[in-house]
Amino acid sequence: MTAIELSHVSKMYRRYSARRFATLKSALLGRSILRDLQPDETFMALNDVSFRVAKGSAFGVIGRNGSGKSTALKLVAGITKPTSGTVRVDGRVSALIELGAGFHPEISGRENVFINGIMLGLSKRDIEKRFDDIVDFAELRDFIDAPVKTYSSGMYMRLGFAVAVNVNPDVLLVDEVLAVGDESFTHKCLDRFRDFRRRGKTVLLVTHSLALVERLCDEAVWLDGGQKEAEGDSKRVVDAYLTAVDRSEERSLAAASATAGRVSPPVPSANMFQATEGRWGSGDVEIVRVALLAQNGEPSFVFHTGDPMSIRLSVRAAQPTGDFVFGVGLFNADGVCCFGTNTELEQMQPDQLVGEADVTFAIDSLDLVEGSYKLDVAVHKRDGAPYDYHRLLYTFRVASRSRDVGIFRPRHHWTFSSNVRFR
Amino acid sequence: MFSNLGSLLRYRGLIQSLVARELKARYRGSVLGFAWSFVNPLLLLSIYSFVFTTIMRNDDVAQTKPFAVFLFCGLLPWTWFSASLTEATSSLISGGNLIKKVLFPAEVLPIVSVLANMVHYLLGLLILAAFMIAFQHYPDVASLPWFPVVIAVQLIFTLGLAFVLSALTVHFRDVRDLLTNLLTLWFFATPIIYPYFTPSVSRFLTLFRLNPFYHLAVSYQEILFFGQFGHARSLLLLAALSVVVFLGGYWLFDRLRDSFAEAV
Repeated sequence: MTAIELSHVSKMYRRYSARRFATLKSALLGRSILRDLQPDETFMALNDVSFRVAKGSAFGVIGRNGSGKSTALKLVAGITKPTSGTVRVDGRVSALIELGAGFHPEISGRENVFINGIMLGLSKRDIEKRFDDIVDFAELRDFIDAPVKTYSSGMYMRLGFAVAVNVNPDVLLVDEVLAVGDESFTHKCLDRFRDFRRRGKTVLLVTHSLALVERLCDEAVWLDGGQKEAEGDSKRVVDAYLTAVDRSEERSLAAASATAGRVSPPVPSANMFQATEGRWGSGDVEIVRVALLAQNGEPSFVFHTGDPMSIRLSVRAAQPTGDFVFGVGLFNADGVCCFGTNTELEQMQPDQLVGEADVTFAIDSLDLVEGSYKLDVAVHKRDGAPYDYHRLLYTFRVASRSRDVGIFRPRHHWTFSSNVRFR
Repeated sequence: MFSNLGSLLRYRGLIQSLVARELKARYRGSVLGFAWSFVNPLLLLSIYSFVFTTIMRNDDVAQTKPFAVFLFCGLLPWTWFSASLTEATSSLISGGNLIKKVLFPAEVLPIVSVLANMVHYLLGLLILAAFMIAFQHYPDVASLPWFPVVIAVQLIFTLGLAFVLSALTVHFRDVRDLLTNLLTLWFFATPIIYPYFTPSVSRFLTLFRLNPFYHLAVSYQEILFFGQFGHARSLLLLAALSVVVFLGGYWLFDRLRDSFAEAV
C-alpha cells in the first residue's frame, strides 16, 4: 500500500527582477502588463522527482539547504501545486511545517487549541474529547487560559505540536520541528511518532538531523538541487549523503587553504602572544608549504575519527643552521589546544638544516571527536625566538558517525557481565 | 469552481469560530472590551449629527427629522460595507502564514472579514433601535420583512467584491490605497448623509442609479425611516447583479488561488 506517491514532479518558481515590488504602477508604467508578467527567470525547486512512501512507514527527506526538501513537503501537504507531474496522498494529512501558524496572539491558549483544531479538520466535539490530551502533551496546564502572546517560543511550539499530532492524521508531515523543545519533549515527540507507525500511520520527516533519520525512518530520499540523488534504505542514503558532504567540505577547505597559502611573509615584529592568527618570525628558516595527507598520501582536509593523518612541512633555510625546533599544535573550534608538541620537547637534538627539506609529523590514529580543527605549525630557535610561526592558518575537519562529545576519543570498548543485556 | 463553492459549506464551522475569534480578539486588552461595538457607532453618529445638525444646519429637508435616526439608517450599513472591504483587502496578506504554512481554504479569510463586520452591524442595530425609541420614530411594520432581504443582498454583494479585492491585492498591493480613496468618493456619492430626493440627486438620477450602494441605502432608509418601501424592483435587480458579482468574484479568486501561497 502506498500512502504518498510523487511521480515525475517538478515545481518551478518564477523570479521577477523587474517587477520586484509587484505594484500596479510599475505594471502600468511598464506599458505592457503582459510583458512584465513574464518571469525574468525561472527556478526549478524540484526537477522530475519521483518517490513513493509505503503506508505505515516512516520516510526521511534529507539534503542541503535549498535542495527542495521543504518544497516537496509543501506539495505533499497540498499547499502548493506541482508545475508538472502528480502528487497522490492517501488519507488525512496533518502538516507540522510551521507550528502554531494559525494561533492568534491575543486570545487564550484554550481558544487557540479549538480554532487550530478546527483548521486542521476536527470538529468541536473531537477537540473537546482530546483537549486534556493536548494540554497534557504540551505541558501547559497552568498557562492554558493565558493569551498566547504571553507564551515563550517553546510553549508556543509545544502547543502547536500537541494540536497537530492529536489531530490523528493518516499522514503526518514533519519539517524540522523537533528542535523546539527540551530533551524530554523531544523524546515524547519521538515516542508519538513511533506510536503513529504502530497504528499503521505514515510519517514523512524533513530534517537535517541525519541521526534522527537513521533512527526513525525505514527509508529515505536524498534531494540535491531539486533532483533526487538517492532513495532507499535510510542508512544507505544517509551514508551516501555524508560521503558527498565530505567531498564538498573538502573542496571548500581546499579553497580556503589556497588563500591561506598566500599569507604575507613572516612579520618580524608581531607580538606572538597576542596574535590570534597569522604568521610571524625572522624568516631565516621559512615554512614554504603545509600539507595534510591522508593514508593514501593524497592531500586532504576531511578525516574520519581514527584515520591516520600526516602533516608535512616543506621548509627552506636561507643559511645552514644548527639551532632549530619544529613544532605543531592542534586546536579545536573553541580555541582549546588539543595537542601540542615540538622536537625539543621530544628530546631531539638539532644538528644541521641545509636548504630545502621536508618535515613530516605523522599521527597514526586521529582520536578526536567530530568537529573542525585548526593547526599551528612553527619552526623556531631553541630559545623560542621564531623563524616562521603559522598560527591557526590551516583548517581540517574530523568527521565521525558517532555523536560522542568532548575533544579526545580514546580507543575504547564496553564489556558487561551476562545479566546486563542490550537489544 | 462549483465544487469549491460547495466546500464552503464544509468550512462553516471554521468560519464560525474564526468570526468569533475575530470579535473576541478585537477588543482584548481594552478597558471597554466588547462595549466598543456599541460605543464606536455611537461616537461616529454623534460626530455626524453634530456636524450636520449644528454646524451645517439644513432646515430645508424637514422629512429627514430626526436627523440622527435618518443618518444612522444609512451610515451603519455603509460602515459594514467599507470596513469589510478594507479588512478583506488585506486579509490574505495578514493571514499569509496560514496560506503558506497550512493547508487552509484561503476564501475563508475574506469571508470572515465580511461576516465579523456584519456582526458589528447587527449589534449597531440595537443602538438604532434605542434611538428610534428615544425619538419616537418607528419603522414601517409592513415593509419590515424586506429588511433581511436588503441585508442578504448587501452580504452577497460585499462578499463578491471582497473576493476580487483580496485576490488582486496579493499581486498588486496598490489596491489597498486605491480602495481607501475610492471608498471616500463612494461614500459621498451615496445618499447617506443627504436624502435621495435632494434636488441635486434627482438631477443626476441616472448616474446615481448606477451606484449599487445607492439602492441599498435607499432601501434601508425607506424601510427603517421613511416608512414606505417602493424600491423593491431595483433591489431585486441589484440582488441579481450581486449574485453575478459574487460568482464572478469567486471565479477570479479560484483562478488566482494557486498563486497565493507563492505571492503572499
